[in-house]
Amino acid sequence: MTAEKKPGWKFLLLGAVVDEPGSSQEYKTGDWRAFRPFVIKEKCVNCLICWIYCPDSAIVRQEKWVDVDYDYCKGCGICAKECPKQAISMGDEPK
Amino acid sequence: MTVLGLTGDEAVAHAAKQSKVDIVAAYPITPQTIIVERFSKYVANGEVPTGYVCVESEHSALSACIGASLTGARVFTATSSQGLALMHEMMYIASGLRCPIVMGVANRALSAPINIHGDHSDMMGSRDCGWIQIYVENAQEAYDWTIQAFKIAENKEVQLPVSVNLDGFIITHCMEGVDTVDDNVVAKFLQTRTPLFKLDPEKPITVGALCFTDYYFEFKRQQVEALTHVRPVLNKVAKEYEGVSGRSYGVLDAYGMDDAEAAVLCLGSTAGTAREVARKLRAQGKKVGVVKMWLYRPFPIDEVRAALKNVKALAVFDKAISFGAQYGAVCSDVVAALHTAEKRPRIFNVIFGLGGRDIKPSDIEFVFNEALETARSGVVKQETMYLGVRE
Repeated sequence: MTAEKKPGWKFLLLGAVVDEPGSSQEYKTGDWRAFRPFVIKEKCVNCLICWIYCPDSAIVRQEKWVDVDYDYCKGCGICAKECPKQAISMGDEPK
Repeated sequence: MTVLGLTGDEAVAHAAKQSKVDIVAAYPITPQTIIVERFSKYVANGEVPTGYVCVESEHSALSACIGASLTGARVFTATSSQGLALMHEMMYIASGLRCPIVMGVANRALSAPINIHGDHSDMMGSRDCGWIQIYVENAQEAYDWTIQAFKIAENKEVQLPVSVNLDGFIITHCMEGVDTVDDNVVAKFLQTRTPLFKLDPEKPITVGALCFTDYYFEFKRQQVEALTHVRPVLNKVAKEYEGVSGRSYGVLDAYGMDDAEAAVLCLGSTAGTAREVARKLRAQGKKVGVVKMWLYRPFPIDEVRAALKNVKALAVFDKAISFGAQYGAVCSDVVAALHTAEKRPRIFNVIFGLGGRDIKPSDIEFVFNEALETARSGVVKQETMYLGVRE
């Protein structure tokens, strides 16, 4: 979203109040990412250590491996660091 | 209406009591101590239904006040000097979260060297924190402005915290006859607070959410807008308060300014002395005047311009130094306000009273005579004068 499309100051609630509970999911924090985790499906044993460690709940469980939810993954690299099978590698975020 | 013998601190506590505050969280510090001492006595005696939160520091005091204010409560606190400095971080949060807290500030010098006496260094150090700032001249005004402050702060067009500033010791500890308004009249004048939003488990909201490059600026712009509403709201509140108290307030008070050739502009207790000196000089045929600013933030540009439009020379009194700047804070604001005015006086700055150094009528008479000389010659001899310092 470009800055022009966001509401101006006259249209925002005073003091940055958010009056809709549970709306934080609408804030896609994935665009903070500088490095992107890649899952090497052949190496993944589905142990879910990455799923436990991910601070943003951005690891998505599949039947035989894991995926990354890039809408929320901030690219911290904890999953890659903790993976006992080196099944996640960190690469540059595509420009 | 009852006239009570009250010090400035006691007058503020009495006003807070009559304003039926829900929560007080405060930490004692000289010369504010009597405000919270007196208020905690009201609580202990069961004279008020207020919740009193004993905290371990001023940082915690204002933090507790912010939390309480966000639940929709009417909140009061008071501090001074180092305590205000410790609150500095939370002051921006109080204004940013639009908490209409009222705080009594017993103005006192800042360390080092340590000093407990009155000057404006404390509040001027938090000048840009987004609070409405009112300076009072005596205990009567401390009482009157504390009550009016709640009504201004809680106005839906404003929703900002207010500091009511009273000079340490000169006002805080001197007893005067204070004409008080009856409890039921104050209650009717203020009503209960109607918050625009509040923390409520039945209808959850988020306050203090993260705002980055894409939103932060908009919320600061909202605060600027709210401050532009203060002057009309203050004038309306003052008019209504006059109706119940018989005392007339506004943005500033101008004495002798219709025909004054030389004038002084000041805040707080100094104005009383300045007016007395001006009265004497006017009786001698000298055309002098005094502008006392009640409202310092938001800075009342239009009213200052109007008050100064005919004067030839002006001495601006600052009871704090803005280190490294050309002038003290008040003088800088006055000069900025007049910069685009068609007619403007010759201005010089008088830094005085630091660490509670007394300002005598003879000191102010000296400044008036300097200003009269400037009005005659059109020449400012000294842009910044340090009045009363030993060379």
